[in-house]
Amino acid sequence: MAIIVFLIFVVFVIGLSLYLGNKAKTSSGYYAAGGQIHWGVNGIAFAGDYLSAASFLGICGMIATVGYDGFLYSIGYLAGWIVALFVVAEPLKRLGKYTFTDAVDANYNSRGIKLAAAISTLVVSVCYLIPQMVGAGVLVEPLLGIPHAWGVLMVGAIVITIVATAGMASTTYVQFLKGGLLIVFSSVLVGAVVIRGLSTQPDQNGAVEFYEYSHLAAVKNGDQIEVTEAGWDVLEQAEVKGGLFFVKLGHEGKETWWYASETDGVLTLKESQSVVTKGAEKWINGAPASADNQLRQVGNLEQIRGQKNTETGSLSIFGFLSTITDKDTIVRTWKTASFTDEAGAKVTVYYPKDVTGDRIMRPGLKFKVEGTWLERLDFLSLMLALFLGTAALPHILIRYYTVPSPASARKSTIVAIAAIGFFYILTLFMGLGAMTSGVINPADSNMAAPLLARSFGELLFAVISAIAFATVLGTVSGLIVAASGAVAHDLMDRYLNVKMDDRQKVRAGKIAAFVIGGIAILLGILFKGMNVTFLVGLAFAVAASANLPAIVMLLFWKKTTARGIAASIVVGIVTSLGLIAFSPELYTLYGMNPLDAPIPLNNPGIVSIPLSFITLVVVSLMTQKNAKA
Amino acid sequence: MLHEPAKPAEKDPAGPYKMRLGIWMFVFYSLFYAGFVAVNLLSPLAMAAIVFAGLNLATVYGFALIIVALIEALIYDGMCRKKEAEFAAAEKQKSGKSKKGKA
Repeated sequence: MAIIVFLIFVVFVIGLSLYLGNKAKTSSGYYAAGGQIHWGVNGIAFAGDYLSAASFLGICGMIATVGYDGFLYSIGYLAGWIVALFVVAEPLKRLGKYTFTDAVDANYNSRGIKLAAAISTLVVSVCYLIPQMVGAGVLVEPLLGIPHAWGVLMVGAIVITIVATAGMASTTYVQFLKGGLLIVFSSVLVGAVVIRGLSTQPDQNGAVEFYEYSHLAAVKNGDQIEVTEAGWDVLEQAEVKGGLFFVKLGHEGKETWWYASETDGVLTLKESQSVVTKGAEKWINGAPASADNQLRQVGNLEQIRGQKNTETGSLSIFGFLSTITDKDTIVRTWKTASFTDEAGAKVTVYYPKDVTGDRIMRPGLKFKVEGTWLERLDFLSLMLALFLGTAALPHILIRYYTVPSPASARKSTIVAIAAIGFFYILTLFMGLGAMTSGVINPADSNMAAPLLARSFGELLFAVISAIAFATVLGTVSGLIVAASGAVAHDLMDRYLNVKMDDRQKVRAGKIAAFVIGGIAILLGILFKGMNVTFLVGLAFAVAASANLPAIVMLLFWKKTTARGIAASIVVGIVTSLGLIAFSPELYTLYGMNPLDAPIPLNNPGIVSIPLSFITLVVVSLMTQKNAKA
Repeated sequence: MLHEPAKPAEKDPAGPYKMRLGIWMFVFYSLFYAGFVAVNLLSPLAMAAIVFAGLNLATVYGFALIIVALIEALIYDGMCRKKEAEFAAAEKQKSGKSKKGKA
């Protein structure tokens, strides 16, 4: 079923692109759909462009695993549209032609700006492309049963076809279609979630039997842990950084890892899930990995308003949220720890942690808002980048050139705010629905929303998966149009002055789309496993640091000079990327100890955005004479 | 199908008004957003307080940030349209007078 819906969608999208192909014979047609798109269509296409894999897969997955902290991304992403509407929309439409570079360079005709802005567009687009391609692989793997790399390759090939056939025209309609479908079917999914209500033993409407995880009483004898119940042998103990203890138990010939939890002096061993790998061998939960032996999906309520073994039946919208928010509701979440066992095998344990509902529904499980001042600064930095990043994303900005007038740019932004805002409210329900419905893959949170849909049957799963796939297609298409514009229009045509007629310019754009699509495929394979929302958050930080100071200052500060703009873009790119490269999260990705990272912040915006603004002001003041001359 | 021809951007007499209005609305929303971030940082436990229909401050404030963005956007669009219409009417009147004058 899922495969059929998926194939119908792909065939339709490619057919549409081929049909629209004749609209992309000129530069204006290829890069800006001829500037003839209606503002209503453009508004929904904005939503289709913006609501990427990060929004649908990443945010829902993050809410499903860390609760309200994931919703902070929804809030920040939406708030960013206010900057786009009130500060950027109309002036940018007035200044530009096809690309972000056109707009910032409109008053200066500076080679420095052209080069810096084109590089910035490429860097931000590539940073944004990585999570989309990772999301594509994550989706296609369970949907079509093919490996991650093949999924990424397939998405790349389809997107290149869309962009190379009809550029911005086909991209706009794919985004429009996807934006509309995403909002409609996410509403259907949320309706289904609240009508089903909450249960302490979710069984996916009877499709998957609820698995009850065991507890064993234990005692400590010196450093040795012993199980009180007969028949269980402690085979090995492991202590992980952070004071976590895990115990390997032998029982009826099977070896499994358990989490040792001590509360008020009482030691309890909690049944966990584990993946043990050594060479080519892989065991899951004590048995060899196979199609039938995979990690169990998790996520449920242990108590609902103080009651065990209960269910609520249908709930209202507010009733659903307030039930989870209740301090006597207990949510079972799952954490991960990795270590090497005595035999040298790599062990990853997924262990349960019960959290009260009032804790789940306020910030702090992921972002340490009650932590050290540095941890709080990291949170502030993230919220700043999300707020300022939207209006600086090149693939979003180019959509202002597809409408006929500045007033249309304004109106399409308002449609986008309505559509995107509504969708982001839905993410909270979808994420919490996944958190409590036993549908989370503990090894990869990105599939929470599609797996939630599967708990309502194969049809909804097929439709939601096809839409999620379209989500990737729409956003990646927009990114590739933006990046190919940076290469063919900004660098080749305007910076290097390569002599090309209009037809050759379109051909150059299409070749650039092929190359960038190829790079995106490679990066999507390399970054497998990262949470896509986290990666997009970083792209926002780079965009806000490199592009926003230039846009804002050229509109509102008369002393801004070409050199000031070029310098601020370069400083914004270098500092934001540099800070990210040496951050704790990236050290974890490199396989190094995050505590050794020289930069203590994961989010660079709080440093790189002000630095870029300061650079622009200082360099502009220093180059006033040159500007007057 | 709903589409209009692209036209080169003309000089917009309502431009300065819209820019000023946009800045004030941006400042208002920024303060509202900053308030949300500040409560999280300075008094995170306050976010757990139940404030409406069993929902806590974190949820209500989060939804409010989304809904206020849309309300502000609609107000902004309404005021911009009104000002654009005023300038368009004044322009029409002016061109009408000058035609009469020529006649």
